[in-house]
Amino acid sequence: MKDQHVHHFEHTDVKVGVYVCHCGINIASKVNVHEVVEFAKNLPNVTVATEYKFMCSDAGQDIIVQDIRSGKVNRVIVASCSPLMHEITFRNATQHGGINPYFFQMANIREHVSWVTAEKEDATVKAKALVAAAVHRVSKHTSLEKKYFPVNPNVLVVGGGIAGIQAALTIANAGKKVYLVEREPTIGGHMAKFDKTFPTLDCAACILTPKMSQVRSHPNITLWTYAEVENVSGYVGNFTVQVKHKKRYINADTCIGCKACVDACIGPENIPDEFNEGLSYRKPVYMPFPQATPSVVIIDENSCYHFTKGGCPPDFSSKNGHLSPQLQSLLRRANECFELRDFQETLKLTKEILKSSPEHQETLFLHAQTLYQLGMINEATEVMRNVMVKERCVAACPKGSVDLYQTEAISEIQVGAIIIATGFKTFQGERTTQYGYKRYPNVFTSLEIERLVNASGPTGGEIVLRDGKTKPKSVAILHCVGSRDLHSNRYCSRVCCMYSLKLAHLIKERTGAEVYNFYIDMRTPGKGYEEFYEKLCHENVHFIRGRAAEVTDWVLSKAELGKLVVRAEDTLLGMVRRVPVDMVVLSVGLEPQTDAEEVRRKFNISCSKEGWFLERHPKLAPVNTFTDGIFLAGACQGPKDIPDTVAQAGAAAAEALALIDIGYVEMEPNTAFITEENCSGCRICVALCPYTAITTDPVKLISVVNPALCKGCGTCVAACPSGAAQQNLFTDEQIFEEIEGVLEYV
Amino acid sequence: MSKPKIGFYWCASCGGCEEAIVDLNEAVLDVVAAVDIVFWPCAMDFKKSDVEAMADKEITAIFINGAIRSSEQFEMAELLRKKSQFVISFGSCSHEGGIPGLANLYKKEDLLSTVYSTAFSTINPNYTLPQTQTKVPEGIATLPELWETVKSLDQVIDVDYFLPGCPPPVKLVVDAVTALLSGNLPPKGAVLAPDKALCDDCTRKATKPEKLQHKRFYRPSEILIDPEKCLLAQGLLCLGPVTRMGCDWACINGNMPCTGCMGPTSRVRDYGAKALSAMASVIDLNDEEEIQKSMDSIVDPVGTFYRYSLATSQLHSAIHTNGGK
Ligand SMILES: Cc1cc2nc3c(=O)[nH]c(=O)nc-3n(C[C@H](O)[C@H](O)[C@H](O)COP(=O)(O)OP(=O)(O)OC[C@H]3O[C@@H](n4cnc5c(N)ncnc54)[C@H](O)[C@@H]3O)c2cc1C
Ligand code: SF4
Ligand code: SF4
Ligand code: SF4
Repeated sequence: MKDQHVHHFEHTDVKVGVYVCHCGINIASKVNVHEVVEFAKNLPNVTVATEYKFMCSDAGQDIIVQDIRSGKVNRVIVASCSPLMHEITFRNATQHGGINPYFFQMANIREHVSWVTAEKEDATVKAKALVAAAVHRVSKHTSLEKKYFPVNPNVLVVGGGIAGIQAALTIANAGKKVYLVEREPTIGGHMAKFDKTFPTLDCAACILTPKMSQVRSHPNITLWTYAEVENVSGYVGNFTVQVKHKKRYINADTCIGCKACVDACIGPENIPDEFNEGLSYRKPVYMPFPQATPSVVIIDENSCYHFTKGGCPPDFSSKNGHLSPQLQSLLRRANECFELRDFQETLKLTKEILKSSPEHQETLFLHAQTLYQLGMINEATEVMRNVMVKERCVAACPKGSVDLYQTEAISEIQVGAIIIATGFKTFQGERTTQYGYKRYPNVFTSLEIERLVNASGPTGGEIVLRDGKTKPKSVAILHCVGSRDLHSNRYCSRVCCMYSLKLAHLIKERTGAEVYNFYIDMRTPGKGYEEFYEKLCHENVHFIRGRAAEVTDWVLSKAELGKLVVRAEDTLLGMVRRVPVDMVVLSVGLEPQTDAEEVRRKFNISCSKEGWFLERHPKLAPVNTFTDGIFLAGACQGPKDIPDTVAQAGAAAAEALALIDIGYVEMEPNTAFITEENCSGCRICVALCPYTAITTDPVKLISVVNPALCKGCGTCVAACPSGAAQQNLFTDEQIFEEIEGVLEYV
Repeated sequence: MSKPKIGFYWCASCGGCEEAIVDLNEAVLDVVAAVDIVFWPCAMDFKKSDVEAMADKEITAIFINGAIRSSEQFEMAELLRKKSQFVISFGSCSHEGGIPGLANLYKKEDLLSTVYSTAFSTINPNYTLPQTQTKVPEGIATLPELWETVKSLDQVIDVDYFLPGCPPPVKLVVDAVTALLSGNLPPKGAVLAPDKALCDDCTRKATKPEKLQHKRFYRPSEILIDPEKCLLAQGLLCLGPVTRMGCDWACINGNMPCTGCMGPTSRVRDYGAKALSAMASVIDLNDEEEIQKSMDSIVDPVGTFYRYSLATSQLHSAIHTNGGK
């Protein structure tokens, strides 16, 4: 028909070997392997057809190698499991035999046939069809070569929680350069908020802060906080990443964390402190928490007067003409120095004067003017800058680090591998309305309690009610809030049972209150976890097996007066209970970050349907993603505790190191290519490529595929309206042969 | 030595292809001088019996335009095949079924009922339909039978070459005849036109943006068309990317988008499917509802994407009978 078959590729002297695997009984119990072999013998070009118990075993592979070496076959079909399992194995065997590894084709008669087909007869027919398809197709295979690209040895770690910290340190200690990008003003993540960690109850800060400062001082780590990845392009081994430095209004390189600015700041003091879950207040300029790393303050433009009112209001405390003797002498000295042309000293004094009295701008302004007339532009500018200053923080900073005119900056870096460690967010307590969070002041989330029990928290470790002083005499801890719940998240958040036990212990220890844990079932599968639970059982903590139905202030008895009542069915007692308490703690579950979808898209990785980043294989590639060179660490991949997070971070670091240590990446040749003589340059393909691998040749005005970027997704091949884009191992000819193979014999 | 014998025949076509032969103007004179036209019922008085009287393969080349949809057309095609060395399928209808091929969307009885009864301009109260045999006083009058489906020429007889286009461009016809006369022939089955898409040397190519992306398509009547800019870039459904070049931009230069008469390149099996996927690729939307709305801006998708090729597409026809053949 028409001239479609005019462009035939000549395949002469094809000799196909078909090897059907039993896979123990995985295949053989459903597929009549012998019948498939007999069938294969009559297929075109087949010179060998045989069966074996385990083709993937050394002995199985050897059959292939020998048949190739003895010249019996020059194309290989293995009918066995999925290509994901053993394609590499058999390609290697094919190559070992002495022919191009791509003269091999796999027929998946396990996952696609024996495991999913009920009747033996049907399974055998299907297996034959797939073998026929493979035989037809392999005759059209051509020899292909893998490609190699060099790898940039630097690594980017995104997210500075314990996962990111661990991964960055591991890689940096191996002598590789790491960029750690954290979007908050400090690293530490959730762990930095905890007082103690289960099950050992060791102090979180004691184990975390040393790691944080190691990150800060490590010569191989460039730490960028309050920064976000803006754009990622490139491919495994060669990513180009743009990092946006958000406006912190402080020069992070020079700030020494003395907090003079915080002391001097006259801005509002009632801004809810994010780090303390809003349980305390801060000024517009603040240090997130005492051990913040880097130890650099930040200015919040939503509350700072400079941004909300156009500047700090003038200082009315010192009136003109009422100069303190100290200020008078300062002014006198400044004038002297100025006359003596000692501008450095003038400048120093200027700053000092302004610190205590910005009213003396006029004198200083005159100095600046004179300097300008003398042509000493730099000095004049410097004095002017000080004259203009009315913002207290600017005046107070001994390092000149406050920069209220800071703009966003972009750094562009080249890295070979990327580790994503963006963590999680906690479930919002108010979403389970029946528990009254934000309606009843004394309902708290677990994260709030973590801050309350923390010695460096808002109350110095005192557990008190929302009024800030009363110690609770009874506390209910509700497990599984926002977890294992059809109305919110079906999954188990894995850490809540354990941290609920931890909080029960800490509350008991600090307040002596009666503590009631309402749980569905206790999940403590971890080293030392069950023992921890047992220990709690002996600490007089009450355990009520039953998910709490509601928290209410509707009292039914005198004993309940002024209390919050937790209603639940105690499934051990088989009755509904009402437990009056002073304080309720919601053990909120873990959820993907709000911007997980955006991050997913930026890095071109996948998400599970809940929004957790998807690993390539849950067992065999748990830290890999479907994008080569991008790895996952910590809770961004799914709820997990600190031990698991740290282990996974180590694994991600090892994968990244393995990649950059080899120094090159090997690329499968199944990439797309555009035949120059066939491409019309219509550009339909250009915008479609999800990996931006296609560009237009500016001279020839046709499209070109960058094989390093092409992932072989086939989008352009399917879309190319004139058949100019084709894909190695998936040419139209090969695919149509395969289809014909399926249809011809069945 | 006797001159090569050439013939032209028409089947289900509009007559435009015959017009195209006349359009060869001066070029046709050279052709006429070089050959003997032995059969051209449209222009000269030849009868079927004249052909029947010829020896097998006596005609050097027969150019057949139009689709095949009746018993008579099929008989003539078979007869001409027998009498000719080369059969050249001429024009879109013969090549791919053409516009008549769109009849394959309907059943024969529906077509007849539309034409002979329900059409606005038809008055036929007794619903008289054409019959293959009708008794008249003089005996039995016969008419050819209308097939259930429309076929391209190569679906009914062996075809040597294809001249695409609606109608085929003059230059390609002259090249084809020259090639035939000189014996300098491409492999059998070839489409006698360049094997690249129209965008390749389109007069508007320089104005094509790096990335083609639209929210919707426009019909030519909906916008003022810029006479210089790539039509696809203007949101018009230009099928240039899908269609073989060689038309000398007849439509493009007339400020109209390409409708695909030259058919696909050799590497494409189903023109309409490719056209649809190419145009859908240009839609830059993610929301399903919006995508649907945008695709709804394409009036008559089958008629647009399969305008010339429904009969030879993978879809073939609405009915699965092998109507008449
Ligand atoms: C109340 C509570 C108590 C817990 N107690 C314990 C305990 O006692 N013991 C235990 O083992 N586990 C405990 N856990 C679990 C523990 O918090 C996690 O295992 C751990 O924090 C996971 O670390 P991570 O680094 O993966 O994520 P995170 O700690 O969430 O850190 C992620 C970091 O990435 C940053 N980030 C996010 N998105 C971006 C972005 N786009 N760009 C740049 N940076 C970004 C964040 O700002 C953050 O700093 C508890 C959890 C909760 C909720
Ligand atoms: S005064 Fe300067 S150095 Fe000190 S904390 Fe503030 S900005 Fe940093
Ligand atoms: S879609 Fe095909 S013809 Fe068009 S530019 Fe891409 S490769 Fe070339
Ligand atoms: S899409 Fe149409 S107008 Fe644009 S370059 Fe192609 S043929 Fe020309």
